[in-house]
Amino acid sequence: MLSTGNYKGKLIVVEGIDGSGKSTQIDLLHKWLLSKGHSVYFSEWNSSELVKSTSRMAKEKKMFTPTTFSLMTATDFADRWERYIFPLLKAGGIVLADRYAFTAFARDVARGVDPAWVRSMYSFAPMPDLTLYFRVPLDVAVDRILSSRAKIKYYEAGMDLGLSDNKVTSFRLFQQRVIDEYEKMVDEFGMTVIDGTESVQKEQKLVRQLVTRILRGWEGLPNPLVRSRRRSTVVA
Amino acid sequence: MHSVDFYGAGFPYNPIKELEGKLIVLEGTDGVGRSTQIQLLRRWLEDEGYAVSDTGLHRSPLTQAGLESAKNGHTLSPLTMSLFYATDFADRLENQIIPALKAGFVVLSDRYFFSIIARDIVRGADPDRARSIYGFALKPDLVIYMRSDVDSLVARLVHGRGFDYWESGMDIRCADNIFDSFVIYQGKLIEQFDKMSDEFGFVTIDATRSVQAVFGDLKAQIKNLFERLPE
Repeated sequence: MLSTGNYKGKLIVVEGIDGSGKSTQIDLLHKWLLSKGHSVYFSEWNSSELVKSTSRMAKEKKMFTPTTFSLMTATDFADRWERYIFPLLKAGGIVLADRYAFTAFARDVARGVDPAWVRSMYSFAPMPDLTLYFRVPLDVAVDRILSSRAKIKYYEAGMDLGLSDNKVTSFRLFQQRVIDEYEKMVDEFGMTVIDGTESVQKEQKLVRQLVTRILRGWEGLPNPLVRSRRRSTVVA
Repeated sequence: MHSVDFYGAGFPYNPIKELEGKLIVLEGTDGVGRSTQIQLLRRWLEDEGYAVSDTGLHRSPLTQAGLESAKNGHTLSPLTMSLFYATDFADRLENQIIPALKAGFVVLSDRYFFSIIARDIVRGADPDRARSIYGFALKPDLVIYMRSDVDSLVARLVHGRGFDYWESGMDIRCADNIFDSFVIYQGKLIEQFDKMSDEFGFVTIDATRSVQAVFGDLKAQIKNLFERLPE
């Protein structure tokens, strides 16, 4: 289970299946928070430099089992957690995470690992201050992915599970399993559900309202660059 | 053939009903003489007509290159190291050890996850958390703990391969020099192994004696196992 946070900063997480629109929303949120003068750090799923070469090779050669896939993902997260996320939260920054432990809980369990086991691996990770779950019907997400991307990758499509020889069919079946896991977690982890079929602008308005609410009365680490600019305008 | 038992949930997506082979683990701290004994055991078992497969920590094709470069750069922090090693262990277990056991081999494992847990805990990991990661691990048929004291380890290393950065726990700087750090670090590891001994049912062997004396004990334990669990 996730622990309680012991830090000054704020941790904001977006979750949802591929094509749910979460990355677009967190990108807009990131820019908005920066413009407000906050110190913001953005972290993306599976982006640790340390693990990159191993992970890339394993994906190319299709070496992962559900267990090693899950462990490698946790290693990636742990590296980012120890190196960036935790220190920045301690310093009082806002950390925005495009996917968090919940992604592992959803995907790895969809691959067949034990739900309690994968949760225990992330027991060092705190509950975020805000978790936004972008809920979309499977068809909407699949259409978005197929129209915007040239190719779905092997593991993204869950081809390792042998659900179907057809990549798009496998992707659909796998993503439905992932959705089922997310839906189970909404209550378990108190996620805030966002209707991912709304317009980008409408969703962003809601996202900003929710974030404003958790930042009310909170004083984080100011962004020195923004502050000095303000001061210089006063002097001028 | 005997039933299969895991420390936790195992591999739910790939249930294993029975395994024909036997998994024998040699555990113990660095420099205790495990690899020498594995070589002797392998020859002996093959003479007896058993098919033998041996395996050790961080030799998995999946993680070998990545782990080596991370260790050389000294860029691994404890939590990350713990999970990276768990990945490596799982890869070997699923892709080497279990297939060999299915094929009826005697698998001699130079260490098991107990060593990884000991290292994690000495580096500040929560003992329960460290154990729970290995819920996928197969219970070995026999775990022999080759126990030594720090003085004997020092003597072996001085006359052997010398002091290694990681084996001396220099990443956590137990002391300001590699020798003192080695003594403190290995002492802490031995403490962890001793604690695990009852919990995981290790058979403890005094590894400070001659190679032949230790080998004799190991053979006796393995014969005993084969009598207890006939094919």
